[in-house]
Amino acid sequence: MKKLMMTAAAAALAIVATGFSANAAEKLKIGFIYLGPVGDLGWTYMHEVGRQALVKELGDKIETTYLENVSEGPDSERSIEQLARTGHQLIFTTSFGYMDPTLKVAKKYPKIKFEHATGFKRAPNMGTYSGKFYEGRYIQGVIAGKMSKKGVLGYIASFPIPEVISGINATILGAQTVNPDIKLKVIWVNTWFDPGKEADAAKALADQGADVIMQHTDSPAAMQVAAQRGIFAFGQDSDMIKFGPKTQLTSIVNNWGPYYIRAAKAALDGSWKAGDTWDGLKEKMVLMAPYTNMPDDVKALAQKTEAAIVAGTLHPFKCPVLGQDGKAVECKGGANLDPGQILGMNFYVKGVDDKIPGK
Amino acid sequence: MGLLEAIIISVIAASTPLLLAAAGELVVERSGVLNLGTEGMMIMGAACGFAGAWLTGSTFIGALFGIAAGCALSLVFAALTLGLAVNQVAAGLALTILGVGLSGLIGAGFVGEKITPAPHLYLPVLTGIPFVGKILFGQDGFVYFSVALVVAIWWFLYRTRAGLILRAVGDSHTSAHALGYPVLKIRLLAVLFGGGCAGLGGAFLPLAYTPFFIPGMTAGRGWIALALVVFSSWLPGRLAAGAYLFGAVTILQLHAQAFGLGIPSQLMTALPYLATVIVLVLISRARGSAGSVAPASLGIVFVPDR
Repeated sequence: MKKLMMTAAAAALAIVATGFSANAAEKLKIGFIYLGPVGDLGWTYMHEVGRQALVKELGDKIETTYLENVSEGPDSERSIEQLARTGHQLIFTTSFGYMDPTLKVAKKYPKIKFEHATGFKRAPNMGTYSGKFYEGRYIQGVIAGKMSKKGVLGYIASFPIPEVISGINATILGAQTVNPDIKLKVIWVNTWFDPGKEADAAKALADQGADVIMQHTDSPAAMQVAAQRGIFAFGQDSDMIKFGPKTQLTSIVNNWGPYYIRAAKAALDGSWKAGDTWDGLKEKMVLMAPYTNMPDDVKALAQKTEAAIVAGTLHPFKCPVLGQDGKAVECKGGANLDPGQILGMNFYVKGVDDKIPGK
Repeated sequence: MGLLEAIIISVIAASTPLLLAAAGELVVERSGVLNLGTEGMMIMGAACGFAGAWLTGSTFIGALFGIAAGCALSLVFAALTLGLAVNQVAAGLALTILGVGLSGLIGAGFVGEKITPAPHLYLPVLTGIPFVGKILFGQDGFVYFSVALVVAIWWFLYRTRAGLILRAVGDSHTSAHALGYPVLKIRLLAVLFGGGCAGLGGAFLPLAYTPFFIPGMTAGRGWIALALVVFSSWLPGRLAAGAYLFGAVTILQLHAQAFGLGIPSQLMTALPYLATVIVLVLISRARGSAGSVAPASLGIVFVPDR
C-alpha cells in the first residue's frame, strides 16, 4: 500500500520539481523522509515542526520537500533515491530504520549530503544526529518515582532498539534515586504507531497496578487512558497537555528546528561536513514541557535535576551502572558510561522487571 | 474491579471494531464479491465519524457519518466492479489506498482535537452486579450493536428468503441470474451494507476507543477483519467467536508481558495471522466434504448476458 502511495507521491514531486526548477535554480533543495503522517502529534510531527522552523528562517534561500508515511527498511531506499534524483542537495532521513537504505543511497550519490536521525552508521557525505532523550527520561523517572503511590510504573515500549532500551534504563535509574524499591513494568507493542494498541497496553498496565504511565510510542492514546483512570502519564515527543490537562506530568519535547537550520546554513556556505551530533537538554535539542500536576517539592526536584544535567554535574548513566544481574557494567567513559555504550545499549539495568525481546 | 473483569472489558472493546467490519465483509463475500478495501473504508469511517461527532457534539451522529462515509466509498467500489466489471482484487486494493489518502486529507483539520467518548450504559442495579455487571450492562452502544448485528446477519442468511437468495447469488451467479434474480442489484446492496459496517467499525475507534483522530489510526485492523472472515469460514457464529479470540490474543499478550511471563511478544502479535493460515489450510483440506467453505462465485466478475 504505502509503497504505491510513495511512488505516486514521489512521481508527483518529480513533476513539481521540474516545473519549478527554472525559478528556483538558486535555491538549495532540502528533502525530508518521514516515518508517520505529519499529523501524528508525535515523532514525525516534531520533525515537521523543525522543517517549518527551517523554512521560516531560511525560506528565501531554500526549498523543502517531504515524503510522509515511508515505511522503514529496504522499501525506504526508493523514496530516498527519489529525492536524490530530483535535485535535493541535503536529505534528512528521520527514523532509525532508514539507516542502511540512507547509507546505500549516500554511496550512490557522493555529492549529495545526507543526515540520518538516531543511527550510528556514517559516510563522508552522511552524518547522523540525535537527541539525548535519556536525559529527559531520567527526569521523568525522578518525577514518576515521587508521584507513584503504589511504587509501580508502566512503560509502553515500541521496538527493542538501543534508544528505547536506554530510555527504559534512564527512567528506572531516575526513579530509584527517590524510591529504591520502585517497580517498572514494560510492555512491548511492536509498533511505533497504533493508537488502539497503545491504549490497550496502557489499560493493561493500569489494570496491573501501574499508576504512572510512560511510553515510547507516538500517539496520545496512553495519556487519554491515564486520564480516564485518574492516574498520571508523560507525553511523548511533543507537549500533549491538551490530551491530559490533569494527567500530564511533563513531556520530552523533541526540538529539531535549530539543528535543521544549522545544517542547512552549513550546506549553503559550503562548510557542511558529515558529523555526529548528539545534543541534549543543554543544547536544547531536548526540551521539557512545563512540570504540571505535581506538588511544589516534586516540581522543584525535577527542576533541580534538569539544571544539574544541563550543567553537566549529573549524568543519568553515572558509573557504577549495575546490570540486571546486579553486576557493575564495564565503564568505558571514565566517570560515566561511554556515548557508544549508551547509543548501543542492549542490556537492562538492575530493577527492570522484564526481559529484552529476542535476548 | 478485578483483573479478570478488566481484561474481559478490554478484550470486548478491542474486538468490537474487528467484529463490525468483518460482519459487513462476511455479507459482501457471501454475495460473491471480494472487497479488499475494508481498511480504506474503516479509516474513512474513522475520519468522517470523528468529524461528525466533533461538529455536532453527538456520538450518534458521528457514527452515522462513519456509516455514510463507508457506504460512499463502497459505492466507488461497486461502480468499478459491478458497473464496469473491473477485477475485484485490484479495485479493493485501490479503494484502500484511496481511503487512506482521502481520510488523511479530511482528517487533517481535526488532528489534535478531542471529543467526549461514547457514553457507557448504566443501569442502576444491574451495572453494579459484581463481575458480570460492567461486562454485560456497562458497555457502549457500539458493543451492543455489534452483537445484535451478528445475530441479525445470521438470522437474515439462514432464516429469510432474501438471505437464501443472497447466498445463491454468491454460490452461483449464473444460476441465480437464470432464475431471474437481479444479481448485480443484490451485490450492490451487499457491498453498500459492507461499506456501512466497515465505516462504523472505523468510527468506533475515534468515537469510543481513543477519542481523537490521527491519520492511519486504524493501523491495519481492516486487514485483520478480512482475515477474520476467512477464519470464520463465512459463518456468522464463528466470526463472532473469532473476533473475540483475536481481541483476546491481543490483550492477553499485553498482560502476559506486564506480568513478566517472558513469552516473546512478536510471536503473540503474529498469532491471529497464524491462526488464519491454519484455518485456510483446514478449509482447503475439507473442501468437498460437508461444511461451509468459500462462496463458489467469490471474486468472480459477473457480466449479465443481454
